[in-house]
Amino acid sequence: MPLPKLLGRAKPADPDHVGEPQLAPIEAAAEAGLTVVDWIDERTALSPGVRWLMFRKVPKGINWAYTLGSATLFAFLNQAVTGVFLAMYYRPDVAGGAYESIRNINDNVFLGQFVHGMHKWGASVMIILIFMHMGRVFFFGAYKYPRELTWIIGVVLLILTMAMGFTGYLLPFDQRSYWATIVGVNINNTGPFIGPYLGDFLRAGPEFGATTLSRFYAIHMLLIPGIMAALIGFHLYLVTKLGISAPPWVKAHEPEAVTEYVEV
Amino acid sequence: MNQAEKEQYLREYSLLKNEGKPFFPYAVAKDSMMAVIVMIVIMVLSLLFGAELGPKVNPTTTTYVPRPDWYFFFLFEVLRVMKNVPKFTPFATLGVPTLCMIMLFLLPLYDRNPERLITRRPIALAAGLATIACIAFLTYSGASTGSPNQVTLPPPSGLSASQRATFTAGEVVVGESGCLGCHVIGDNGNNGPGPPLTHVGEILRPGAIASTLRNPTAPMPSFKGLATQSPKKFENLVQFLSMLQ
Repeated sequence: MPLPKLLGRAKPADPDHVGEPQLAPIEAAAEAGLTVVDWIDERTALSPGVRWLMFRKVPKGINWAYTLGSATLFAFLNQAVTGVFLAMYYRPDVAGGAYESIRNINDNVFLGQFVHGMHKWGASVMIILIFMHMGRVFFFGAYKYPRELTWIIGVVLLILTMAMGFTGYLLPFDQRSYWATIVGVNINNTGPFIGPYLGDFLRAGPEFGATTLSRFYAIHMLLIPGIMAALIGFHLYLVTKLGISAPPWVKAHEPEAVTEYVEV
Repeated sequence: MNQAEKEQYLREYSLLKNEGKPFFPYAVAKDSMMAVIVMIVIMVLSLLFGAELGPKVNPTTTTYVPRPDWYFFFLFEVLRVMKNVPKFTPFATLGVPTLCMIMLFLLPLYDRNPERLITRRPIALAAGLATIACIAFLTYSGASTGSPNQVTLPPPSGLSASQRATFTAGEVVVGESGCLGCHVIGDNGNNGPGPPLTHVGEILRPGAIASTLRNPTAPMPSFKGLATQSPKKFENLVQFLSMLQ
C-alpha cells in the first residue's frame, strides 16, 4: 500500500533558516530551557525582579560578619525541612502516642534520630546565629536610618524564634519537656492583665489537659512558622530595597566632579 | 537624625554602593560557603549528641527538677534568684524580660545619634557589652546551679561525728521527699505555702516533729509510709530537722 502523500512528502525548507547548521543536542537543550524561561517571563514579567534582587550592588567593605543573616535564614530552612520529616511520623497524642512516636523516630525510622538531632541542634545553632547577627547589626550601627523597620522586624523574629524553642520543647513529651512547659506556662500566668488569659490559651483550659499538646504542636508547626516566613520575606524585601549597610569605618571616595574647580 | 544628616548618609551610601560588587555572584558565594559551614555544624552536632529522649512523662511526680533549654537559662536564673522574694517574682519573670524586649524593639527610635562607628558611641558600646556580659553570666550560673531539691546547709558546729553523719543523711532525705517544694530551709527551698523550717528545731522537739510528719495538717502529705517502709530514713529526717536551730 502506498504511503499517504502527507507523510511521504519532504518537509519544506524554512525560508528564515536556510543553510543554518543543525543544533547539537546540548545546544538544543539549552535552547529549550531558554524557551521555557521566556515563556514564563512573558506571562509573569519576573525577570526585572530577579535582576533587582540578584544583580544589585553590595557596598564595598562587606566582610564575613555580613553572612550571619543569611546563615540564620539557612538554619530556619533547615528547621523547616527537618520539621516536615519529623511531622510525618509524629503523633500529638497525650494518651500514649506522642512519646512513643518520638521513640519510634529515634529507634526505628531510617535516619530518624539523625533528622531529629538536626532539628534539635539546628534550633540551638539558629539561636546562636540570630544573636550574633543582632550583635553585628547593633555594633555596626546598621539599625539606624533608613533601616529602623528592618531592625524592629528582626526583633519580632528573634522573639518568635524563642517562642519556637519554647513550644517545641514540649513535643517529645518526656519528663523534662512536660515539667519545663508547666513551669513556663505558669510563668506566663503570673503576668499582669493578659497573663492568665495567655496561660489559658497555651494550655487550652485552666489545667494542662489532653488538647494542650496538640495546641502546642499547631502553634509550633503552623502558626509561628507561618508568621515567621511572612516576616522573613518582609525583612529580606527591606534589606534589598534599602541596600546592605556598609561597614561604618569604610569611607567613600569623593567623585571627581565634586572636587573640580570651577572658574568664576 | 535631621533631614540634612539623612541626605548626607544616603549620598555617602550611594557612593559606597557604586564602588561595590554585584550581589550575585560575590555575596552569594560567601553566603553559600557560610550555609555549608552551618549545615556541617548542625550535622556534626546531631551525630555527636543525637536527640536523646528522657523518661516518659509522669504528671504525678513531685520531685522532678525541670530544666529549660540552654537558651532560656538566663531567664531561668533571674527567676531562681528572685523566687525568695515573692513580692518581686512577677517583676523578675515578666517585668525584666518584657522591659528588655521593649528596649530592644524600640532601639532605633530612641538611639537617634547619627554616628555609626562603635568606638564613637560609648554609651551603646557600654550597654551592648554589659548586656552580653549579663546574659553570659546568667546563662553560666543558670547552667551550673544545683538541683532545687538539694539542701546545701553546713552542719552546725559542735556536733559529734555520728551526729554529723545523721545530719548529712537527713539532708538527702529532705531532698528526696520534696520538702523544699513548700518549705524554706536556709537558702534552699520555696518560702511557702508551708512554714519555714530553718529554725524548726528551736520550736519543736524531735517527738513533736515525728508526730507532725506522721499526721500533718493538709495539704502537706503524710510521711507515715516512709516511717513504716524505712524507719532509718524517717529517723534521719526527724534528727536532721531537730538539729535546725
